[in-house]
This record gives sequence, C-alpha cells and structure tokens, in this order.
Amino acid sequence: MKKHIKSALLLLVAVSAVTFYACKPQGPQAALTGDAAAKVYVAPGKYDEFYNFVSGGFNGQLSVYGIPSGRLFRIIPVFSQFAENGYGYSEESKPMLMTSHGFVPWDDLHHPALSTTNGEHDGRWAFVNANNTPRVARVNLKTFRTEEIIELPNSGGNHSSPFITENTEYVVAGTRFSVPMGDKSDVSISTYKENFKGTISFIKVDPTTGKMNINFQLKTPGVNFDLSRAGKGPSHGWFFFSCYNTEQAYTLLEVNATQKDKDFIMAVNWKKAEEYIAQGKGEKAKVNYAHNVLDESTHTATSEMLKEVLQLDPTVLKDIIYFIPCPKSPHGCDTDPTGEYIVASGKLAAIIPVFSFTKIQAAIAAKDFEGEFAGIPVIKYESALHGEVKKPGLGPLHTEFDEKGNAYTSFFVSSEIVKWNVKSLQVLDRVATYYSIGHLCVPGGPTRKPHGKYVIAYNKITKDRYLPTGPELTQSAQLYDISGDKMQLLLDFPTTGEPHYAEAIPANLIAPNSTKIYKIEDNRHPYVAKGEKETKVERKGKEVHVYMTAIRSHLTPDNIEGIKLGDVVYFHVTNLEQDWDVPHGFAVKGAANAEILIMPGETQTLKWIPDEVGVVPFYCTDFCSALHQEMQGYARVSPAGSPVPLKFSTGVVEETGSK
Amino acid sequence: MWAPQYPEGLEMKIWINTLSGDVKTISALNHYIGMKTIEVSMFPEFKYMIYLVGIMIGIGALTAIINKRWMLMIYLSTILLAGIGALIDFYLWGYDYGHNLNPEAPIKIEGMSYQPPLIGTKVLLNFTAFSGPDIGGWIFIGVGILLFALLIYEWKANKIK
Repeated sequence: MKKHIKSALLLLVAVSAVTFYACKPQGPQAALTGDAAAKVYVAPGKYDEFYNFVSGGFNGQLSVYGIPSGRLFRIIPVFSQFAENGYGYSEESKPMLMTSHGFVPWDDLHHPALSTTNGEHDGRWAFVNANNTPRVARVNLKTFRTEEIIELPNSGGNHSSPFITENTEYVVAGTRFSVPMGDKSDVSISTYKENFKGTISFIKVDPTTGKMNINFQLKTPGVNFDLSRAGKGPSHGWFFFSCYNTEQAYTLLEVNATQKDKDFIMAVNWKKAEEYIAQGKGEKAKVNYAHNVLDESTHTATSEMLKEVLQLDPTVLKDIIYFIPCPKSPHGCDTDPTGEYIVASGKLAAIIPVFSFTKIQAAIAAKDFEGEFAGIPVIKYESALHGEVKKPGLGPLHTEFDEKGNAYTSFFVSSEIVKWNVKSLQVLDRVATYYSIGHLCVPGGPTRKPHGKYVIAYNKITKDRYLPTGPELTQSAQLYDISGDKMQLLLDFPTTGEPHYAEAIPANLIAPNSTKIYKIEDNRHPYVAKGEKETKVERKGKEVHVYMTAIRSHLTPDNIEGIKLGDVVYFHVTNLEQDWDVPHGFAVKGAANAEILIMPGETQTLKWIPDEVGVVPFYCTDFCSALHQEMQGYARVSPAGSPVPLKFSTGVVEETGSK
Repeated sequence: MWAPQYPEGLEMKIWINTLSGDVKTISALNHYIGMKTIEVSMFPEFKYMIYLVGIMIGIGALTAIINKRWMLMIYLSTILLAGIGALIDFYLWGYDYGHNLNPEAPIKIEGMSYQPPLIGTKVLLNFTAFSGPDIGGWIFIGVGILLFALLIYEWKANKIK
C-alpha cells in the first residue's frame, strides 16, 4: 500500500512539474503555424505582389523590398552620400545635397509618402523627409532616383513630414522643434513661449512634372509637431497634425512635456488658407533655402538658393486652424479610408480616441469651444469625439487600415499589433511583434483603397531574431497575413538602416513603367561623347576634361598623358551601351571620393586631383562582360611645368614610347 | 536569338529597305568573336529590293489582267525564283557574316564559325539562334502556295473537261 502511495506521490510531482513547465510562457517560435512558408514563397524568377518602400532612418536612404518575400531589391540614395554608385560624390549629383548650410552629406529619413490620384496610389513619385536638416525629396518611381530636394526654411527638424493630399496637390512638412525665427532668432532659450514658433510648409506639386515649390507656410504657436495625415473624400481640404509639448517646455521634455492630460490634434483647413492667399493675405518673409533639381536629359542636378516664403498667421487669419484636445503626447494621427475618422494615438494614453470629421465640422459651426490656446480656438474633446478604443494595449503609435473597416494599431510598449473596428471601436485581435514595433504598413493603408492582405511591422528592437553580429544588429520586420479574422505571422525579414514609416503598393502600378536605359540620343550632358569618335581630352587652364566612353570592354581614351601636378582632372564617362542592365563603373587609384556607376546612355563625372607624379591606373568597377577585367587604362601625371604634351588614345601601340 | 542572359530574346528584323530590333545589342555582343557591326549599309539589296518587289506586284497585276494559264506559270516561276534568290542571298550574307571574322577578336575558337541559320534553329556558343520569315515573307510564301493551288485546280478542271 505504502508503495502505491509513494508511486502516486511521485506521479503527482512529475505531472505537476510537467504542468508547471507547460504553463511557462512560450518562445515566439510557437506563434508560427500552418502554411506560412507557402504564403511567402516567391518561386525563382517569379515576382512579388507588392513593392515595399521602406525608410532607412539614420542611413538617409529609401530601401525597396518585395512583399510577401521580404527580399531587398534596392537602396535608393536620397539624403546621404552613397559610395556604392557615386551618389553625392559625382559632380552631377553633388548639388542634390546642397543646403543653406552648404553641402550636407547625411540625413535621417523617416517617412515615405507615395503620390496619389483621387486618394489612390498612382505609382509616380515617392516623397520622403530629411528629419535633421529639414528637407523634402521626390524620388521618381520610373527611374528609382532622387530627382528633387527642397529645403524647408523656418523649420527646426522636419519630422512631421511628408504627408500628401488626395491628388498630390500638396506635400506638407511640419516642424518638430519650434524655433525663434526672422529678426528674433538670437534670443534666450527661456523665452520659448514668447518667441518660439512652429511652421507648417505647404509644398505645391506640379501635377505633370512633380516639381515642388513652397506655396506658403503657416506660422503656428510654439509646440512640437509629430505626424499628420490629409483628409480624404469628405474631409479633403483638411489636414490633421498631432502636437505634443503643449506645455511649451524647452528643457527635459521627458518630464516637462508630459505633464498635461491632453495635448492637441491640430485641424488645418488648407482650402481656407488658399482663399486668404487668393485675397492677397499673408506676408513675405526673408529666408534662405536650397532647391535642387535633377535634369534627366543632362543627367545633372543643379542647386539654387531661394530667398522668400509666403507666411500666413492663423492667429490673425481666423478659421484656418483649430485645436482638438487629445490624450497624452499624441504621435500617430491617421485618417481612415472613408475620410470620416481620425485616429490619434497618445503615446502614453490608455485609450485611443477616434475623432469624427462630421462632428468636428459641427463643433466649429456651433463654436463649441472650450477656450483658446495661444490665440487658436480649442474644440471641446467630447464634441469632436466619435469614441474611444478601451484598453487597446500600451504605447499606441500608428494606425493603418484595411478595406473592411478595420484599423491596425502598433503598440511599442506592449510590442503588438491590435486589430479593431473603426466604427464599433471593438478590439478584434492582437498579435505579438519582435520587438517593440514602431511603424506598421498595410499595402495602400493610408489611401482610400487599401489592399488588406498583409500588415508589416517595423520594429525598434531586434535582439535574438537573427544570427548575432556583434553589438550592432540589423533591424527586424515581420509580415502578417490579415486576410482572415485572425492575424497570422508569416515571415521575419531584416531591414537596413532603421526603418520608420513604409508604404507598399501593388507591383503592377510601378513595374511596367520602370526605365531600362537612357537613350544616348537624348543625352544633353555638356561633356557627353555620344560615340568613340567624340572622345577627347581638353585642357582649360588647370582643369583637364576627359570626354570618355565606356562600352564592353574598353574605355576610350585609355591612355592619357600630359596631366600635370596641380591639375584638376574631370573624367566625364558616357556609357555607350543601350542594353538593359549593362552599367559600367569607373574608379581611379587614389581618387579622394568614390567610384561612379554609369547607366546605359548616361554620363557621370568623377573629379580627381592627382597628388603624385607617376602613371595612375583606372578601370571599370562593374563586372560588365567576359573581358571586364581588361577594361582598364592609364593616366600619366607629370611634374608641374613639365613639357609633356596632352595626348590620348585607345588601341594605339607605339613600339618605343620614350620621353 | 536567346541566351542564358537574354531569356526575353534578342531580335533582328530584316525589312524591305532597313533593319530593326536589337541590332546594336547584337553587334555589341558579336564583336567579341570578331563579327562585323551590322549596319543598313551592309545590305546593298536595300537599295533595289523595293523595285524588285514592285516588279513582282506588277507581274501579279498583269497576270490578273491577261488571265491566261501561261501567264500564271510565268508568275509562279518568278515567285519561286525570287524566293530561291532571296534564300541564296541571305545565305551568302550569313556565310560572310559568320566566317569573315576580325583576326584580332578577343575570343577566337579554333574551327568555330558563326553563320546564322538559313531557316530554323542553330546553337552558336551560348546563343540559340532562329531564322524565319516574318509577315512579308509569309505573304510571299502564301502567294506561291495560292498560285500553285490555282494551277493544280485549273489542271484538274481541264482534265475533267
């Protein structure tokens, strides 16, 4: 009997031990179920369904991935020099990085905004922001190249940017830091309340060329602007910005800017602003900012400095802006596909308020205000509110939408995506992210026509998701299937830089229009050589200009003599190829910049200042053909004042090359 | 022609008086093995082809007007001769293009020549080349077949009589 009791006891201990361990929280691997592999498998030679344009954060670039495979296709250099292809190093691309502070070779790129027509993606341009030295860039989605960069005057950090209106009429850029401006720029930091102002810049976009110009700026009370969305459908004509630091703190914001229960959503009636401008209202302010444009026919960017900007003061010109109270340091401010609901995510709030555009309009009409903030009317919270999502999670940041009336909100602190219904405000599902998600992306999520097949999480913490690579890790993204009632984790994929926002767009809106080559007959570069017969070397004082061509598998000229110490040599290399995917590269030994990559039909220029006497090799850096390794040449550098004449050739063999 | 690097294929079309398609790309690739750069000026035929075809159309029209069987025979013979002539001409050009190689070519393979196929498919190094008639050629072939069918029909109809 005793024996039996003993065995029963043993069994009990064993069972409880097993049960105890079964109750222990499980690792993330357990979350992956079913047919995930089949859903993300894109067979060799087949194409992904979506392009995913992902900001690179502190790498200053925009990266392009395929969804659902998560494969990286390309990094488009925008605000940072890119030694890999010579962007920001070649003479043609250097003007792209000019600012009022001179040449700025780096920035922090946070948010892409893909152009839309009637609120739907049209696949023409991607607009992206530079957070540090405030700029907005436009990338052409035919060439995947940065075509234009405009600097923003009176901006102290361009985080709340770029956000576009339904037909890409405007790209807006709100300043993160309010700053003193104009004549009052040299003031004590402690005079924040009195002297510091925010600005929202409205950049007009030419509907055919995409060219940008700052149409006007709104001068706002001094707060921090964080994110924004334009209205759509019925709310077209309005913008909604999240504002924090309405405490107007200028030090230790962590404490001093988190005191109030509510900050604001700022509603902007930009059609009203246009009316005032049409009436001749507003003031021209003296400023200094760069506008840089790439000309596709000369393959060259030019930079000009602009000196004036039109400013409107909404404290004087009423009815342009209104504040709506919003709990605790709002971050994301997202309008749903119908344009009726505005979802504001207070980073420190325990609920998510959803505002109604109809109610906001009614409140404004009825002057249902609780008071003013710095001369701007503040609408009563309850009057603007559609409802609150209760207990959604911790640390809500951003919201994207599907076409079925559901919202997907990212939660940084509780590291999850929560699916909820916009109308009923009921939480429907939640999935974990690995780890601490920032932005998220549903293909077409910010448009009137989402493709609610996937949601992608861009995380801030990677830790153990991949093989370790020392203290510095790649970033982690996760792809989830949202076509069913339950969100399903499909894939982890690494991302470059630090992704913030990203947009995804159906591949068929972009792929058929992708440029394959530049036509050599359309090349209007001032130093082009459209054939080997046009190659030459010219001296202009201390400058030596080499009109060089590259074709499989030689450079013309490949023997150059007569360069002297003290000269500045410009290699203008034209790629004569007219076949897809036959770039050539060019590099010179000891050149103090980078290589250049030259696409078929294009001309790019590498500047080289020889620093010693001798014969200097140069070669093609892009493996172009079976005889790529033969694609090389020599430049002879003689002492200053040497009598060696300027001479160049290719394929000329002199038996006794003396002197 | 197709190659591992060109799954979409490269194409050169020979028209009555010009060339079209990926001629530049084909020339750029072929220079490695010493083949000439293909240019319109390589084909003196382009200068008089249009007249030859004009004459053929004229003879066709004349055949319809004269409306005799002997004229039909003459027309068929002309079409056949022209077809054979065109094939011989293309063969001769192809022979020259494939055999008359630059002795300084970067890639030389002992005993290898690169004459394109007259009609049909041929493997040349990493390329699979195919030659065939396009719309113009098919019209010619169609005319020939029709004429031949007409003659047989006439011949049978006469026999029954």
